[in-house]
Amino acid sequence: MTQLALVIDLNVCVGCSACVTSCKEWNTSGESGGGMSDKNPYGKDPTGTFFNRVQTFEVGEYPKTETVHFPKSCLHCEDPPCVPVCPTGASYKRKEDGIVLVDYDKCIGCKYCSWACPYGAREIDEKQKVMKKCTLCVDRIYDMSLPESRRKPACVLACPTSARLFGDVHDPDSAVSVAINERGGYQLQPEWGTRPANHYLPRRKTKANVSDEALHRVDNPLKKEEQRAPVSSDLPTLDDFLF
Amino acid sequence: MHPAFSVIFLTTLIGAGQGLFLALYTGQVYATFGVLGGEMPPVALYVTGSLLVALLMGLGLFASFFHLGRPERAWRAATKWRTSWLAREVIVLPAFSGIAVIWGALYYFGIDPVVLVAGAVSIHLSLVVGALATALAFLLYLCTGMIYAAIRFIQEWATPLTVVNYLLLGGASGFTLSAALAGSQDSGLVTFYAMWAVIITLIGFVTRMYSLRRNAKLKMKSSACTAIGVRHPKIKQISQGAMGGSFNTREFFHHQTPQFMRMIKTLFPIAVFVLPVALLVIGWGNGSVLLLALAFVVQYLGLLAERWFFFAQANHPQNIYYQAT
Repeated sequence: MTQLALVIDLNVCVGCSACVTSCKEWNTSGESGGGMSDKNPYGKDPTGTFFNRVQTFEVGEYPKTETVHFPKSCLHCEDPPCVPVCPTGASYKRKEDGIVLVDYDKCIGCKYCSWACPYGAREIDEKQKVMKKCTLCVDRIYDMSLPESRRKPACVLACPTSARLFGDVHDPDSAVSVAINERGGYQLQPEWGTRPANHYLPRRKTKANVSDEALHRVDNPLKKEEQRAPVSSDLPTLDDFLF
Repeated sequence: MHPAFSVIFLTTLIGAGQGLFLALYTGQVYATFGVLGGEMPPVALYVTGSLLVALLMGLGLFASFFHLGRPERAWRAATKWRTSWLAREVIVLPAFSGIAVIWGALYYFGIDPVVLVAGAVSIHLSLVVGALATALAFLLYLCTGMIYAAIRFIQEWATPLTVVNYLLLGGASGFTLSAALAGSQDSGLVTFYAMWAVIITLIGFVTRMYSLRRNAKLKMKSSACTAIGVRHPKIKQISQGAMGGSFNTREFFHHQTPQFMRMIKTLFPIAVFVLPVALLVIGWGNGSVLLLALAFVVQYLGLLAERWFFFAQANHPQNIYYQAT
């Protein structure tokens, strides 16, 4: 079984929002889905549909604070609570790759699925009046006209720090599974048993572990020269033998 | 949560409609088994009552359409009844309304053959149809309540008390309405309806206050730590990813002051329980239809506030991600 997902590395995310704009660009100008509408884009209180947003949190108390940029999108849960509540069956999880999708032609816009998502990943599109959310760029990851390296979600390709990894989290040898295993990848709000497929990689403290011994090695050949016999004026020098 | 008026009107109107039918049917059962003496069945009361039931259910259904982004596709909402309580409600609501109307029509057209005679009691067709509608009325309360109670992470709702309150508060308003209706038709049932309206209102008072108490003591399972996965007691949001608000800030916040919330929390129990009980008792004692009708109006307005509070009080875990609003 395949479960496609994103793995987001909070250690390198710089909060540039390139994933947000590339998502908006791809999903608005693409052929499918009807776009992500905006209201008042250049006026006061601009608002609109987004599948992905970067939020910023400050952890700790001054002066010991840390800024965490936190990209948030649909987590494509393995047990998605938004799917069974849908009265029309517009919300569904694909068996073949685990992507949770909305059929825009069946959705009645009752918003019940958004209530049933603890992550707030679903939004109503004010123009089309249907629920929308991240599709993992399902319209480009299988597009055979693209070279294989480009068959990835737009946000993954746009990320300048490679903070977003994309792959099958059920394949133990995939890059995403290895990253989750080796770097302690975790899920959001595990208390609700939704088993999100998307994982986050935690912050790491980068420290140079330089010990005293490493700097002052006992077997340092330079030290050999320092251990010279004390110079005494009584001893003959080389010059004494030459002249 | 943002309390949507479409849903507030839907749940209060159909709750009263179901309650009114349950009242009418209880009257019929009592009459069948001779509890009320050998009175003739108050046909006019049953017919106007079932018309009123149809009106309330119709208005509720009409209000619900305003909640939909694509009302023209509403018929699709019945398809996933195996998993969705909302789909179940969409099926049971018209089924109940239809059978309740048939029940009234049987009386209006005088088609009421005896289907079974058991000793001194003869079971009429309307009694069987009414039993079916009663079962559907209870099922509809269950569906409506479970729509909210089934969302496990909205902890204020995820309790059997949600279903109990939908049942009792809907039932109370329906019985209060039936008392006013019976009073207006000079039916002997008014004593009986007023008594049940008082009893159901008082039980509803206990369960609703119990749920308020439960919700006041709730300990939230999710925190900023589990939401972003950082283990630290001090996490402050400084940006939510949108400046002009988003669906997340509009749909899940009530945008009212804590003072306003406290005011509604104090006022709705007075309007739903205290005043209607007083008006029912006084109206019943003095035979005043006006006071009985006033009891229903006050209780219904109170239920609008109660339902508003029910939605506003629900704290969705997604709100953790929108603390910078």
